[in-house]
Amino acid sequence: MKKKVRFMLGNEAIVEGALLAGATFFAGYPITPSSEVAERASRKLPQIGGCYLQMEDEIASIAAIIGASIGGAKAFTATSGPGFSLMQENIGLAIMAEVPCVIVNVQRSGPSTGLATRPAQADIMQARWGRHGDHSVIALSPATVQECFDLMVQAFNMAEKYRCPVLFMADETVGHLRENCVLRSRDEVEIVNRKRPPEGLEEYFPYKADDDLVPPMVTPGSDYLTRFHSSTHNEKGLPTSSPQEARKLIKRLYDKIEKNKDDIIMYREFDVTKCEYLVICFGGAVRAARQAAIEAREEGLSVGVLQLQTVWPFPAEYISEVSKGKRGIIVPEMNMGQIIGEVRKAVPDKIPVLGANRYDGEPLTPKEIIQVLGEVVSL
Amino acid sequence: MSKRSREVSWKAFLREENLPHQWCPGCGYGVILKSMLYAFEKGGIAPKDVVVVTGIGCWGKADDYLYANTVHVTHGRALPVATGIKVANPSMKVIALMGDGDSATIGGNHLIHSSRRNIDVVALVANNLNYGMTGGQYSCTTPLYSRTSTSWYGDPEPALDICRLSETAGASFVARTTVYHAAMIEKYIGMALSHEGFSLVEVISPCPTYFGRYNKLSKAPQMLKWLKEQSIPIERVKDLSEENLKEKFVTGVFADKKGHSFLSRYREIQSRARNELESE
Ligand SMILES: Cc1ncc(C[n+]2csc(CCOP(=O)(O)OP(=O)(O)O)c2C)c(N)n1
Ligand code: SF4
Ligand SMILES: [Mg+2]
Repeated sequence: MKKKVRFMLGNEAIVEGALLAGATFFAGYPITPSSEVAERASRKLPQIGGCYLQMEDEIASIAAIIGASIGGAKAFTATSGPGFSLMQENIGLAIMAEVPCVIVNVQRSGPSTGLATRPAQADIMQARWGRHGDHSVIALSPATVQECFDLMVQAFNMAEKYRCPVLFMADETVGHLRENCVLRSRDEVEIVNRKRPPEGLEEYFPYKADDDLVPPMVTPGSDYLTRFHSSTHNEKGLPTSSPQEARKLIKRLYDKIEKNKDDIIMYREFDVTKCEYLVICFGGAVRAARQAAIEAREEGLSVGVLQLQTVWPFPAEYISEVSKGKRGIIVPEMNMGQIIGEVRKAVPDKIPVLGANRYDGEPLTPKEIIQVLGEVVSL
Repeated sequence: MSKRSREVSWKAFLREENLPHQWCPGCGYGVILKSMLYAFEKGGIAPKDVVVVTGIGCWGKADDYLYANTVHVTHGRALPVATGIKVANPSMKVIALMGDGDSATIGGNHLIHSSRRNIDVVALVANNLNYGMTGGQYSCTTPLYSRTSTSWYGDPEPALDICRLSETAGASFVARTTVYHAAMIEKYIGMALSHEGFSLVEVISPCPTYFGRYNKLSKAPQMLKWLKEQSIPIERVKDLSEENLKEKFVTGVFADKKGHSFLSRYREIQSRARNELESE
């Protein structure tokens, strides 16, 4: 069969990936540089009997996708910094009530309304810690248009598998990039759907987890009554103030992600094991890093690139392993240095870790990374 | 489609294990809850046919006492969550239970746009004229100059008329009554449940613990009597001067229009989209 290849925007590929994953519902509020996601969703979803809802703000948008997912649909939204900030409380709701959904953040320069049309990767810590309370979270980050498509399918799969929100941390450079994208077909990829409880249970406990720490989910109108709860609750979905029940819930919500890191963490390695100098990065910065590695190799330096496709949970153990024996590590980011802190925590003390940072609304260039590489080499 | 032929009892909805409820003596919420269950019974609606979405507040605790599909969400956001549920699962009856804070103050924007969208959801607003859960602070429906725990010298802000707002914004069914007029609560909820489009039922409810205590109405019967005295049927409004209507609760049906609900409109959009796809 001939492969379906299309030349398209990263933001458009995000929608195509969502559709392949089975999404039928989008709710959003337009914002640069994510609006093409909403526009394509509004074209495509009604054609397949799905729904595009333009809500009154981003608080309503995330609330609506949570509702749609509870109603039985696979649902997503797309936004950028200001909207991502508004969504935080209800991302916490999706975590606590265990509602699968995907939140796309095509990052732009901040804080506040910042540089609306310019790229940044400065929401990556907000993705981890933006909402109050103890929790873990899954965040993926695409570096190519193809990854906008492929990782979006993964984002939905993980949301369904772990009953949680998944944050899709794109950025303006990738969202507005035009590249060839292979539109894979249904039978080429694995599609995961939320787990259902077995039939004929005497009583269904909405928050009673199986051994994988994930409770089966029920759609209203089926054999069992559903219960979803934003407050600390027991297995019945009733609010509780018992310290034992509270600890059990918080720990399970955390562990269902942290204990499945092997399944959730995805990365790409470019000469990672044999290199002397390692560049660790994610999203839009990867493109500059890979070019920098090629140019540095021409200069006789041995440079590898580790691309984190999963940023959260952070692959600390793996980075700790792979960085052993390296002469230096460089962490390029379009921010003042956020993920570098995680890298430093993971890397053995003696190895120098330097950042290559841009926070002026311009994308990182290979030259800037090579410059920092020079500094590391001369240390 | 609710299965109207099925016999259901309102008691099927009651989660006995959590009773007695935790609302204060004299609180109106028990009356509103029971009226809702009676309306379910009358409408032939079984627990599995309905999704009850609650926000945060004393009224938002109502789902604790229910067997139904229940979704307890963040403060002010019950309506957009209910919207998503209804669109994804249109055969469900979706009803959002919200306080005056939940529905009209922090959630005011969603109330306007849910009304305008005319989304096929029932909003059951229990308006106790203040924030009960957090200790009786003023809300956007607290009557002008009333005393609350954050307006000791009187609330300087005039109250919002939730029904008029919703009606103006486009809701196709809007009605108001009070806990004193208990039979009307059930009747209006019943009308709302069989209505297509956004339907809002506002019930003014006594909160003797806070609003009452701060405003010389701390005894429950006293507050009920006050609700009765303050109520004016909508039919009488045209005969009264603005002065006579001040701080009154106008009760009755504000809007009951047949027409296009969001879901019926969206089905049309979907068929247009499919036609375009086929002609491509
Ligand atoms: C975002 C947010 N802000 C504030 C609160 C605190 N809070 C909880 S309930 C409530 C007011 C509830 O008032 P209302 O909706 O009228 O319900 P009532 O308790 O009067 O029934 C407030 C302010 C909260 N939970 N979330
Ligand atoms: S504080 Fe007021 S609203 Fe809350 S339960 Fe008590 S009487 Fe009812
Ligand atoms: Mg209130």
